[in-house]
Amino acid sequence: MMSSLDRKLVRELWRLKAQVLAIALVIASGTALLIMALTTIEALEETTAAYYERTRFADVFAQAKRAPEHLSRDIADIPGVRLADTRIVEGAILDIPGFAEPVVAQLLSLPERGPELLNALVIRSGRLTDPTRPDEVVVSEPFAEAHELKPGDSFSAVLMGRKRTLHVVGTALSPEFVYAIAPGGLMPDDERFGVLWMGHDPLAAAFDLEASFNSVTLGLLPGADEKDIIRRLDGLLAPFGGIGAYGRADQTSNWFLESEIAQQKNMSQIMPTIFLAVAAFLTNMVIARLIETERHEIGLLKAFGYSNLAIGWHYAKMVLVIGTIGILIGSLLGAWLGHWNTELYTKFYRFPFLLYRPGPAGFVIAGAISLGAALAGSLAAVRRAVRLPPAEAMLPPSPPIYRRSWASRTALAGALDEPSRMIVRRIIRWPVRAFLASLGLAMSIAVLIMALQWVDAIDALAETAFERGQHQDATVAFNDLLPIHTAGDYEHLPGVLAVEPYRHASARISHGHLVEKQGIIGVPPGAILSPVFDVEGGRIDVPPGGLVLSRKLAELLHVSTGDTVGVELLEGRQARLSLPVAQVFETYLGTPAYMDMEALNRISGDGRVVSGLHFLVDARSRTSLLAKLKDIPNVAAILFRQAAIDTFYETMGETIFIFVGFFVAFSMTLSVGVTYNSIRIALSERARELATLRVLGFSRWEISYILLGEVGILTWIAIPLGAAIGYGLAWYMTSAFETELYRVPLVLRDATYGKAALIALAATLVCAALVRRRLDRLDLIAVLKTRE
Amino acid sequence: MENEASAIALEARELTKIYRMGAVEVHALRGVDVDFREGELIVLLGPSGSGKSTLLNILGGLDTPTGGIVVFRGQPLTMDSERALNLYRRNHVGFVFQFYNLIPSLTARENVSLVTEIARNPMSPVEALSIVGLGDRVDHFPAQLSGGEQQRVAIARAIAKRPDLLLCDEPTGALDSKTGILVLEAILKINRELGTTTALITHNAVIAEIANRVLYFADGRIVETRQNAVQRAPGELAW
Repeated sequence: MMSSLDRKLVRELWRLKAQVLAIALVIASGTALLIMALTTIEALEETTAAYYERTRFADVFAQAKRAPEHLSRDIADIPGVRLADTRIVEGAILDIPGFAEPVVAQLLSLPERGPELLNALVIRSGRLTDPTRPDEVVVSEPFAEAHELKPGDSFSAVLMGRKRTLHVVGTALSPEFVYAIAPGGLMPDDERFGVLWMGHDPLAAAFDLEASFNSVTLGLLPGADEKDIIRRLDGLLAPFGGIGAYGRADQTSNWFLESEIAQQKNMSQIMPTIFLAVAAFLTNMVIARLIETERHEIGLLKAFGYSNLAIGWHYAKMVLVIGTIGILIGSLLGAWLGHWNTELYTKFYRFPFLLYRPGPAGFVIAGAISLGAALAGSLAAVRRAVRLPPAEAMLPPSPPIYRRSWASRTALAGALDEPSRMIVRRIIRWPVRAFLASLGLAMSIAVLIMALQWVDAIDALAETAFERGQHQDATVAFNDLLPIHTAGDYEHLPGVLAVEPYRHASARISHGHLVEKQGIIGVPPGAILSPVFDVEGGRIDVPPGGLVLSRKLAELLHVSTGDTVGVELLEGRQARLSLPVAQVFETYLGTPAYMDMEALNRISGDGRVVSGLHFLVDARSRTSLLAKLKDIPNVAAILFRQAAIDTFYETMGETIFIFVGFFVAFSMTLSVGVTYNSIRIALSERARELATLRVLGFSRWEISYILLGEVGILTWIAIPLGAAIGYGLAWYMTSAFETELYRVPLVLRDATYGKAALIALAATLVCAALVRRRLDRLDLIAVLKTRE
Repeated sequence: MENEASAIALEARELTKIYRMGAVEVHALRGVDVDFREGELIVLLGPSGSGKSTLLNILGGLDTPTGGIVVFRGQPLTMDSERALNLYRRNHVGFVFQFYNLIPSLTARENVSLVTEIARNPMSPVEALSIVGLGDRVDHFPAQLSGGEQQRVAIARAIAKRPDLLLCDEPTGALDSKTGILVLEAILKINRELGTTTALITHNAVIAEIANRVLYFADGRIVETRQNAVQRAPGELAW
């Protein structure tokens, strides 16, 4: 049998359903976000681990120019190596029918016989290549999808300067290309970059690598010393043009994937924590006020002999019910969003399967935090209520003492009419309560600003990186280093307005025990197409001696301007030397290191060479230039700046911006939840007073003004307060979000504050309109008849 | 049912109560001595602010005095123990308020159960409601009952636990005389049939006629005590 007290609870929850729902939604928002983030991480980690395990993703990777096949035995004999898989990895330029731009492809060899020892392909359609048919290829699934390629289709390709027709026999996914990114690219561009797998022998024949390999991947025994193995492998490959082995952590696709998971972790710690904290604060505030309105009933229950504990438990149950509704909604929503979010990731991170099996941890953590916050809020209020002797609790609170303060003697106060004076006096009389109500609204505005800041930040990032920092239309990377005079040949291509060379060298940069594998980019003096660009100071001239390091790299190495770092080039003569840090600059993307191109060529001992060229292109001749580029030998990659900008926004649009959309929606829930509850509670606190005024002859509009005017003023106070807190949150978030991949600049446009303020005002108006309807139905007689 | 020989149920000595309202001190009770005998019906009469409600609240354990003691059946009330006062209210005292104080979300029966569920030896809610003549309205919500009916539910709620003390603060204050008489009859019936010591506050001097004893209040003191030679039935009253 349900006790009478429980029955009271149920009926009262039903009576307050709108408020209950509003609070539950506030709790649900925080819960859903936390669950989304936690389960997304869980799913990404589980999926990654299972995928790597099933496909035997390698632990160590290395490239060389050309190593003899028999070296593979020595490699396999390195202690700790379980499996060694040698292969050929080359680049090619493809001409896909119906696609104007040249497509960059990475070609990987498949074993002639038997399955892949490591990095096994997952065939998605068709089959593997037939060793007897040299022109067959398996293409990566995302690339196939981007160009609608199916088994049976063909396209032409330039391999080592020779044009060939390749036949697609299958599509596949590989653990090495979960995040398929072109060399030098930043975001996956499945139209302009593809991965192709070919039989070993035909590929060896095409690139003159018979009985040789230029890439090796290793599977290690558990507990093997990766550093030692890399050192030994480097030693074996050095004579054959090895450019430094690296572990799984530095493998491009995995590095991006791990960064993304780290980013998600960051996100799950920061954004939902802020959000949940705000939701907890609001729940606390709203529930505390709700219980204050129950003060009379608490006194009555005490008069009957109910103990403080019983009364406390009664209200705790009320909070538990509201909290549980919130958590249930939040859990369902969070699980759905988590699944959806994880699926979103699989658009960029290509897995053949997705493990979304959220464990209880995320739900328990989110639920416990939300309920705890709500209970804490009610506890304080119940404690205040039961502390009063029942006789006093049952009386209406004695009329608050108002005083004429200095403010009421000013000229402005004289100009106020009585209703406005009531509003102002109430705020002055209870400044803490007014401040807390304002703070609640301000918090929802702040969260909104924090969410919207992403859009500003991404815009600023793209604008700085791609528009202010770079001016080339296209960048061509060569297979090998080419003499600098090659640049002259390209100047005469159709539509080319200007050409600027650059040099890239793989290197390890060290300071003390800190080592970073970081390529060094050589920039010619007076570079203008792709200069070193500081986000604040603009273009930087690279001094002839010394390195120019990005701030993040300098931080990773614990160096600053004037320090000396060790540089070990991983190609050519493998030079080792010490170089001064000439300057540190700020960039939003990556951790680049620059030096003067001639100086780089001098230390590497390669003579006057370039790795590639930046082009400025006349838009009218673009088509004929593209056609020409497709046939040029030696080209490993072509990157178009506009395409990079487009894919950047596309990727961001499909990840961050959607994410921001959620936050905006949740922030609005917060503001509606807070505002609606504030007004409803104010109404229940003041119903008598307002009814009395109605009886005295005030119109509905006038009493609405008295009730809603206060909320209006508090909203106006909340806007600048929210803007300030929002700036603080955005600052905190951007500094906490810093990764090696990118830094989010702290940029807040005026329009962002404006949008947040407008959304908050709209929420207030909607809530005010809802409560206004209740004011119209205020029962004057009943209100006046109830207890004094 | 006056009985000079009956034992003293409740006694108060030297009760004072000072409320502090901002900078002002209000002396609600200025040293009150009073004895209630078992089964007695006492009416407290006096203008507002004379200290009647304050005395009743302190005697019922709803409030604590600034000075003085209250002794219930030979045991002093421990005024500084929240728990002891709570048990005293729960086990011995029934309250009836001027404005009924029913829980609007509960029916008549449920409002009574609210108290019987925590009482030691209660009567059933229906029985309590029958005593006040509402046996046929048990499933009505307060909003579906008239003022007099609501007050009678409040009385049923107060007596359902078979209290030793029934304290009524202006039970007829919000009612017209006809309804008021019904309510007084219910109170009198309980006083007679259950032998419950009853104290009743009123503004209305006419109502004092139903009491064994009338205490006149002014300015925080009992200024006069009158023993009624004859108790009149509520039905005979008119105001």
